[in-house]
Amino acid sequence: MGLNSRVGFFEGLKYQGGWPMVSWMLHRITGVGILVFVGMHVVASFFLQQMGSDWSIAINTIYESWIFQIFIIFFVLFHALNGLRIAVLDVWPQFLQYQREALWLEWLIFIPVYGLTVFVLVQHALIGG
Amino acid sequence: MRTRVVSPGVNFEYLMWIFTRISGIALVTLAVVGMATAFVLGARTQIDLPTLMRWTFFPNPNHVVNSNIPDVTLGWANGFWQVMQILLVTFGITHGFNGLRVVLEDFIGPSFTKPLLRGFLFMLWLFMLIVAVYVILNS
Repeated sequence: MGLNSRVGFFEGLKYQGGWPMVSWMLHRITGVGILVFVGMHVVASFFLQQMGSDWSIAINTIYESWIFQIFIIFFVLFHALNGLRIAVLDVWPQFLQYQREALWLEWLIFIPVYGLTVFVLVQHALIGG
Repeated sequence: MRTRVVSPGVNFEYLMWIFTRISGIALVTLAVVGMATAFVLGARTQIDLPTLMRWTFFPNPNHVVNSNIPDVTLGWANGFWQVMQILLVTFGITHGFNGLRVVLEDFIGPSFTKPLLRGFLFMLWLFMLIVAVYVILNS
C-alpha cells in the first residue's frame, strides 16, 4: 500500500519487472483486444444474419483477411498459453519459484506454433488461395 | 494504478477469481475438442488453415461455408455444435467482461463510479450474451 499509485504509462515502463511484467501487460492488452474483437464480431454477425448489413460484411471481411488473422492468432494464442501458466501456478503454488522457467516453457511452445501459423498464412496469401 | 484491497473469505472477488481459472481452462478444452473433432470429420483435406482457426475459435457452420466441405449440414451443423457454441459464448463473454471489470477497477480504484461501472458492464454482458445466443440458435 506504500506504493505511489499515480504512475504514468511511460514511468511504468521504466519499472524493471522483466518478462513477468511483460507477460502481465500483454495478458491485459490481449484480453481487452479479444473482448473488443469478439464483441464487434458478435454484433456484426447479428446484423449480417438478420438484415445483411453492408457494414457487417465489411467488418467480417477485415476479420477474415490474413493480416488480421496474424494479429488475432497472436492475441488468442498468447492469452491462452499465459492463462494456462497462471492457472497451473495458482493450483500448484510451490512451483512459483520456477516461474521464470515456466515463462521460458510458455515462449518455447508459443514461438514454434505461432511461427508455423504465420508462415502458412503468409505463404497462403502470397500464392493466393 | 492503485493497489486492490481484497478481503479474505468467500466473496464476489474470490468466486470470480476461481471462475476465471475454470472458464479459461474450459475455453482451451472446448477449442481443443472442436479442433480434434474437425480433424475426425475430415478437416485435413477439406479445410485450409484460416478456416480451421475460425472453427477452433468458434465451431459455427458459417465459419466453414467457404471451405471444400461438400455439405456443411452433415456433421458440422447440429445440436452438439450448438451446445458447444453456447458453452463457448457463455464462458467466453463472462470471462471477458469480468476481465474488463478487473482491469478498469484497477485503474479507477475505490470510487463512486465503481457501482455505475459494474452496472454498465453487467448490462453489456447480458446484452452480448442474449445477442450471441440468438445468433447461434438462428444460424
